[in-house]
Amino acid sequence: MSARRVAITGIGVLAPGGVGTKNFWSLLSEGRTATRAITFFDASSFRSRVAAEIDFDPELHGLSPQEIRRMDRAAQFAVVAAREALGDSGLEFADLDPYRTGVTVGSAVGATMGLDTEYRTVSDGGRLDLVDHTYAVPHLYDYLVPSSFAAEVAWATGAQGPATVVSTGCTSGIDSVGHAVELIREGSADVMIAGSSDAPISPITMACFDAIKATTPRQDSPETASRPFDNTRNGFVLGEGSAFFVLEELGAAQARGAHIYAEIAGYATRSNAYHMTGLRPDGAEMAEAIRVAMAEARLNAEDIDYINAHGSGTKQNDRHETAAFKKSLGDHAYATPVSSIKSMVGHSLGAIGSIEIAASALAMEHHVVPPTANLHTPDPECDLDYVPVTAREQRTDAVLTVGSGFGGFQSAMVLARPERSEA
Amino acid sequence: MTASVAVTGLGVASPNGLGTQDFWAATRIGKSGIGRVTRFDASSYPATLAGEVPGFDAAAHLPSRLIPQTDHMTRMALVAADWALADAGIVPGEQPAFDMGVITASSSGGFEFGQNELQKLWSQGSQYVSAYQSFAWFYAVNSGQISIRNGMKGPSGVLVSDQAGGLDALAQARRQIRKGTPLIVSGAVDASICPWGWAAQLTSGRLSTSDNPDRAYVPFDAAAGGHVPGEGGALLVMEDTEAARARGARIYGELVGYAATFDPKPGTGGEPGLRRAIELALNEADCAPQDVDVVFADAAGTVELDRAEADALRTVFGTRGVPVTAPKTMTGRLYSGAAPLDVAAALLAMDEGLIPPTVHTDPDPAYGLDLVVGQPRTAEVRTALVLARGHGGFNSAVVLRADG
Repeated sequence: MSARRVAITGIGVLAPGGVGTKNFWSLLSEGRTATRAITFFDASSFRSRVAAEIDFDPELHGLSPQEIRRMDRAAQFAVVAAREALGDSGLEFADLDPYRTGVTVGSAVGATMGLDTEYRTVSDGGRLDLVDHTYAVPHLYDYLVPSSFAAEVAWATGAQGPATVVSTGCTSGIDSVGHAVELIREGSADVMIAGSSDAPISPITMACFDAIKATTPRQDSPETASRPFDNTRNGFVLGEGSAFFVLEELGAAQARGAHIYAEIAGYATRSNAYHMTGLRPDGAEMAEAIRVAMAEARLNAEDIDYINAHGSGTKQNDRHETAAFKKSLGDHAYATPVSSIKSMVGHSLGAIGSIEIAASALAMEHHVVPPTANLHTPDPECDLDYVPVTAREQRTDAVLTVGSGFGGFQSAMVLARPERSEA
Repeated sequence: MTASVAVTGLGVASPNGLGTQDFWAATRIGKSGIGRVTRFDASSYPATLAGEVPGFDAAAHLPSRLIPQTDHMTRMALVAADWALADAGIVPGEQPAFDMGVITASSSGGFEFGQNELQKLWSQGSQYVSAYQSFAWFYAVNSGQISIRNGMKGPSGVLVSDQAGGLDALAQARRQIRKGTPLIVSGAVDASICPWGWAAQLTSGRLSTSDNPDRAYVPFDAAAGGHVPGEGGALLVMEDTEAARARGARIYGELVGYAATFDPKPGTGGEPGLRRAIELALNEADCAPQDVDVVFADAAGTVELDRAEADALRTVFGTRGVPVTAPKTMTGRLYSGAAPLDVAAALLAMDEGLIPPTVHTDPDPAYGLDLVVGQPRTAEVRTALVLARGHGGFNSAVVLRADG
């Protein structure tokens, strides 16, 4: 039996400045940014006061009043993006065998926004140690345990196969899709609705990143606050969003004449076993994840046309990652365009990995590499080709996308054309 | 490609016993750890009982620098992982770092830690929030901390599927071992016994409001009225069986079958997915229903869910067709920690040839289950089925087989 392979046949994206896949790609290809001064709450007492927020009207996206009441914002994102992905795949509800259709949802911080709001209420502004549960929303348990997100996506798509939430911090968005790929390869499912969602722009999240100075304190120009690989970078900009995919066994997708964006050809995750928030400068563990993912895809360094970087815009991340690319791709790292879309849509924690997979697949679709916005002043320690400011048209047949997160997780995924010649 | 995977080490933190020895000594004779909540004053809430892990002194086991940066459940997880590795005879520093990974389940992260920081945020101001909040409460914390403490750089992961997640994590560990990582620490420890966690759990509508520790959580009883929540769980060392054998490790048993399914959306009709999960897991294990020696039930403790589980078991095994037990009646439901603890109990049951009892329950004969109640039952246990369900419709099943 030949090994089962996995294709992306549908994409749905909710990103800051780009609700819907089409708008998202316009934003990226035009190099526009969606970071702004926080409007969700009064952030004037915070160190970092910018974020990449989505102007999202759940009713406009077809959610019912009860769905809106029941779901935290991140769950709402997930359902909307999953529905868009399913629609894009051309698969009808009735085409799916529910038992052979599964769901994975990545999320780093689950229903943080809802929990923050609800805690404030049940504790009466932090005054009550013994919080008053009678003031809680009736679905608070679904905020407590974010597997409710996977349940919502399964209900929205009719899936009754394996369903779970993957929560590996800021690599959740890659690991969720990677997990789904494994389930199809091993035969546990034929179709996976896989993606991720986070909506963390809430006082508690801003406060905890303030405390470790991970987010940028820049306030003069919110629209240029996210500056990956630039020498003036000083922290990431928090974002929110969701991206989902319809993944299918390649042969079945081809047989039904589905549009295939890309094959997910390789995936691996490793840990740095070093520090919950710190990174060793040599990037050895991310390099190992990249090496394993490329070996699984049977591609060599020179086959990679574009690297979609984690590029969070913290001092340590961008150097760590640059080192990892050099370690894994050798000299070819210098010849490979690298960019960070976080310069435009911010860092949506567990969601961004899936949003970046979407960007990678769309780069292959359009043969356009999205730029790193706001990159004007090179950092001597970040000396690769980061595609500054302007998108670049180029043949793009294989993309490496990576993520790095708190807890030490390092993940890498390779997208390629199914008809490629293998090394 | 389909290498078999063995459990070679156990680390347990259970409400009825801290450490494998105390846990099994209590479990085999039906000794319960359910009592009044002591971690906070629960007297003003409708639910007042919990299964709390007794005698856990984090400072006695962990370096002092880890204490301020960790939630209670992470401390227990770190210690349980240490114990599992010691039990397996593994010294992590002697192994290649990329050959070891950590895959845990979580349901609510470090919720008590989060409560304290939320309180500081809203009562004092954002600048009072701990620098550790960014990672101490999130769902990935236990995998991260265990990998750091033990220098494990291989594939790691974290799954959240409410109570079913504990089995999903073990299955993911098996996947990674089959893909070539020789050793994975896997399982789960959960806890949210704090006022904020209590408020959230109460909204599930599934907490028992009884104040009688001997009658509050009685699955498969006509009087079932919800569950008692608990804290704790188990971490296991899982290895490629051949590699474990080659190094002369003790093999508790092998994970030979697994499946996960999801229920139809409520109100749409259709059979719940548990039966399918059981049949798929047995099928993968190449195991006929009559070969199963015991089922460790999910035992939700509500009439609707107990009936669904009993229906699934009768459909697969026939009426009173297999011994069924629920030692979690001694601990309460531990969320993602429950199923790994059940797996530990099942492996210990194989070892001793003894099925631990379900306590407190007076079984309703209408369920048609051969529930092992009151006293333990002597039996040769070669194959065990462990079931777990999560809120919302998650079903997972694992088949374990004795070595040799």
